[in-house]
Amino acid sequence: MAIRRDIGKAGWGQSAFAFAVGIVYFFPVLWIILTAFKTRPDALATPPKLFFTPTLNNFRAVFFRQSSTGGEGQATDFALYFFNSIFVAGTAVLLAVIIGTLAAYAFSRHPLRGNDTYLFIILTTRMMPPIIVIIPIFLMFRVTGLAGGYWGILLLYTAFNIPFSIWLVKSFFDELNPEIEDAARMDGATDWRVFFGVCIPQVVAGLAATFVFGLILTWNEFLFALLLTGVETRTVPVAMARTLGGNVGADYGLLAAIVTLFLIPIFFVTFLLQNQLLRGVTFGTVKK
Amino acid sequence: MSIELRAATKRYGALTAVNAIDLDVADGQVLCLLGPSGCGKTTTLRMIAGLEGADEGTVSIGGRVVNELSARERNVAMSFQFYALYPSLTVAENLAYPLHAEGLSSARIRERVGEVSQVLQLDGILARRPGQLAEGEKQRVAVGRSIVRDPTCFLFDEPLSRLDVQLREKMRGEIKEVLQGLSRPTVIVTHDQLEALTMADLIAVMRDGRIEQVDTPHEVFANPANLFVAGFIGTPQMNLLEAVYDRALDGGRGRFTMEGGQTLSIEIGAGIDSLPAGATVTLGIRPRNLKIVSEAGEDCLSFSIDLIEPMGAETLAHLSGGAGVRLVTDWRHPLAEGERVHVCFPPGVTHVFLEEKLMTARHRMPVDEEHAA
Repeated sequence: MAIRRDIGKAGWGQSAFAFAVGIVYFFPVLWIILTAFKTRPDALATPPKLFFTPTLNNFRAVFFRQSSTGGEGQATDFALYFFNSIFVAGTAVLLAVIIGTLAAYAFSRHPLRGNDTYLFIILTTRMMPPIIVIIPIFLMFRVTGLAGGYWGILLLYTAFNIPFSIWLVKSFFDELNPEIEDAARMDGATDWRVFFGVCIPQVVAGLAATFVFGLILTWNEFLFALLLTGVETRTVPVAMARTLGGNVGADYGLLAAIVTLFLIPIFFVTFLLQNQLLRGVTFGTVKK
Repeated sequence: MSIELRAATKRYGALTAVNAIDLDVADGQVLCLLGPSGCGKTTTLRMIAGLEGADEGTVSIGGRVVNELSARERNVAMSFQFYALYPSLTVAENLAYPLHAEGLSSARIRERVGEVSQVLQLDGILARRPGQLAEGEKQRVAVGRSIVRDPTCFLFDEPLSRLDVQLREKMRGEIKEVLQGLSRPTVIVTHDQLEALTMADLIAVMRDGRIEQVDTPHEVFANPANLFVAGFIGTPQMNLLEAVYDRALDGGRGRFTMEGGQTLSIEIGAGIDSLPAGATVTLGIRPRNLKIVSEAGEDCLSFSIDLIEPMGAETLAHLSGGAGVRLVTDWRHPLAEGERVHVCFPPGVTHVFLEEKLMTARHRMPVDEEHAA
């Protein structure tokens, strides 16, 4: 019993240490969230104020531009930008996970001659920094007319998430006991039923983890979005950057409000999938 | 229905896993494929199942060559070593799974699942998922899933290997009971000879992709076809002693010179005529057939006792000389390490192997009154 308690519960020393580490990591997030509720003087105060009178003006400013004459402001396009971010990242990552899962199953169960070479080549597409390929991609997209629209950025984000999805999902398929698939075949299941009815339910946690990781990467992507989206298809990171500058300098309160709003969807998805996520990242580390 | 393999061969690159084997299993017959790891027994099973294609030869089920049929089309039921239960389905759904593919009505499926769960005492756990089951329960579900439908034959891959000793003994009896109720050919793969001896109608002993002997459990035990089978079947292992055959004596007896110079005259029956004088042979005798006697005779060898291992009802003694002779005797028999004993080879229980092959005529099953009691 004593041993079990030692494993199950950390002592308060360990808890304090974990708490301290947590503070270090979480502090920037805390700073941003607090700043989002501060007035401009509070935001710029040195040392930073921990206690202040919160205001929602920054959040209002995200969606309504204050007119210099007072009165009701003019709507900004941030509602559209948030929609763009959610739509583009969600769709592209979902597509990438679907395509990646199909490919991963093929790589795992029906290896080709030179299977590992193909997998390696797929991985190499993620080895170079995006900035290297941005110019050719930009030119190609301009010539083909893909730049500026949803199709272009969806295509690009999907393509960029596929290698990661294939590798991750393949590792989940590799962990499965192939006897179960044999058993399903013996029990009269077609290849499709083996895949959808037997394999997929066993890797749902892994697929959720793959989806969340891909979503975080894509959600925060800036460079391609900057160059390949147009006025109508701009995502939040790009739109946020464009609020900088102007005649009054950086409006930290406004930025912080955008970032805070920007955190919510990803926080929500992660929270929703947290059980799956935990099982997904520990997949295979515990022997069955 | 019956299973027939003719010169069935499976190669993996340069390795021949199964080498031109012939096998016949009749309706209602239980055949055990027995052999050490890597001997090709599981590959043979998977060839029958259709999970591996035969490179040469034919696999027939019910008189029909099925080489070109996929596992799905063969309608074979198989239970796997690691049970292979569907983790996301409940026990009831696992049992019903093969029936969905057969297109039965849901009322009929419920009925079948109910029957099987009653036979295998699964009623209490039908709503659980495989992750919540104990090993023995998983095993029963795996067996249940294979007997739930009416296939052309039943295949079991190492059905008891994952269970602990007590449970294994219990399940062995239960599975045997279930098997007796099936009127289809059944093939069981095992590396455990006790499992094979207790459950099978026929045992096929395999080594290196070949079948060394197919016979009833009785015959495989009493008349091993060669040295490999002799050494593989029976615990403790059969004593295998090198000797030189001197000459025939009267009454079907022969005289042998052992390593170390002792001579031994024993009754070996009809096969004696085919032995060339001066040949080096191997004498095989089971440890339980050796008898310690007080008087030295010409059918005795003398050894000193090196080591004594009490095994409960019996005692295992390791004797010095030659290739380490083992002898099993009743626990009440007083033995002391270092003691010199005369060990008698009773008539009719010694096997003579020439160049690995059994030369002696068929033995009757040695009946030992003490142990039969």
